[in-house]
Amino acid sequence: MALAQADVLAGLKEIVEEVAGIPAASIEMDKNFTEDLEVDSLSMVEVVVAAEERFGVKIPDEAVTDLVTVGDAVNFIINAAK
Amino acid sequence: MSRRVVVTGLGATSPLGGDVSTTWTALLAGKSGVRSLTEDWAQTIPVHFAARVAVEPSEQMERVELRRLDRSEQFAIIASREAWKDAGAPEMDKERLGVVIASGIGGVTTLLDQYDILREKGARLVSPHTVPMLMPNGPAANVGLELQAKAGVHTPVSACASGAEAIGYAFEMISNNRADVVVSGGVEAAIHAMPMSGFAAMKALSTRNDDPARASRPYDLNRDGFVLGEGGGILVLEEYEHARARGAHIYCEIAGQGLTSDGYHIAAPDPDGAGVQRAIKFALRQAGISTKDIVHLNAHATSTPAGDVAEAHALHAALGSDAEHVAVSATKSMTGHLLGGAGALESVFIVKTLQDRLAPPTINIDDLDPAVTIDVVRNKPRALPAGDIAALNDSFGFGGHNVVLVFKSI
Repeated sequence: MALAQADVLAGLKEIVEEVAGIPAASIEMDKNFTEDLEVDSLSMVEVVVAAEERFGVKIPDEAVTDLVTVGDAVNFIINAAK
Repeated sequence: MSRRVVVTGLGATSPLGGDVSTTWTALLAGKSGVRSLTEDWAQTIPVHFAARVAVEPSEQMERVELRRLDRSEQFAIIASREAWKDAGAPEMDKERLGVVIASGIGGVTTLLDQYDILREKGARLVSPHTVPMLMPNGPAANVGLELQAKAGVHTPVSACASGAEAIGYAFEMISNNRADVVVSGGVEAAIHAMPMSGFAAMKALSTRNDDPARASRPYDLNRDGFVLGEGGGILVLEEYEHARARGAHIYCEIAGQGLTSDGYHIAAPDPDGAGVQRAIKFALRQAGISTKDIVHLNAHATSTPAGDVAEAHALHAALGSDAEHVAVSATKSMTGHLLGGAGALESVFIVKTLQDRLAPPTINIDDLDPAVTIDVVRNKPRALPAGDIAALNDSFGFGGHNVVLVFKSI
């Protein structure tokens, strides 16, 4: 099932806000998870597991290191859902 | 030259209040913090009540902090923030700042909740925060991180003596010149069906389900076990000259500690109380005072049939005829037993006792056990004399651990 970018971004914003306490308004496609949003490695695991549940996709551990920005994660999820 | 250790800050979250002043007011008023548990599981185990904290951490912390911290760690952070602020948030070299916070059991509710998730949903959904949340040094580590303490962060574990032992460890860190300021104390968050079932299986818990507020009754003839409590107490200890140099408010001095072990039984107290007596002797010797100087003692007195009498005998033997002028308070009658937090919360009470010159009451003694020959403060607070006075905290733990701390007015 194809996912719209806006929907995935909105869902990720909710997850990151819930997990890391970062206001959704400050979460954009070009934001870096660690440097801009201060999502640490443990919280990133939580984000990934929550995203898998929400979007019904699989995000392998080896792919997580490449998810540097929010946009990377959004695009990965859209591709994985195709 | 020996380095003196003083108390410059206090913090607490307890069954009687979310901070020190609320807790202390309720304690002097003789209120009980023990209530029936409302969780469904409570009716499935032999004991249906406990002493939960009066103010839930969710009212005192950010949501994102809550989800990364075990309940015991939440208590440590809440009480340490209060204590640090009370101490005037000293600007200092962080390499001279230490943290010693104990817990008897650690993050047991995290361990059990995550095990439920593992069984029901699988390994993938076990939280990545599980290990930092369940480790017993987690409360100390999180406070150390928040304060950026770099002189050392430690967690002594000695069951129900842990909180007092932590304060003793902090005392040594300062007197041995490892640190100038140490945030110290103990916390516990073990109100859960599993640990409560374990304590119940030992017949250690009161089963007075029809009257929870009257269940914790140290020294009463009809006591039938302790009441599990949760929360914690934190004291900021500081080297005397360091405190004076920055104009800090000094509550009192911690002048000595005594540590011994029974070598007798894993859970039962040594009926001779020889280990307790030796701990008191060592603590007084280090403090350079005699039994004549002691006017108050906050007893371990958990409300178990064997423990209260063994302790009372040991205290009488150690204090001799001077026991006549020692006002003994058993505050677990109101707070329940905070296990690894108990000795720390009770040390907070001793500091307040010395400050206000008021020994808190012991409630629920309808018929004083005739085997108890010490002078127990009952129902109402008792005024303490003016002038230089000293008070003791004694704490004991499963395993035969005995800890005695000496507090002196200043």
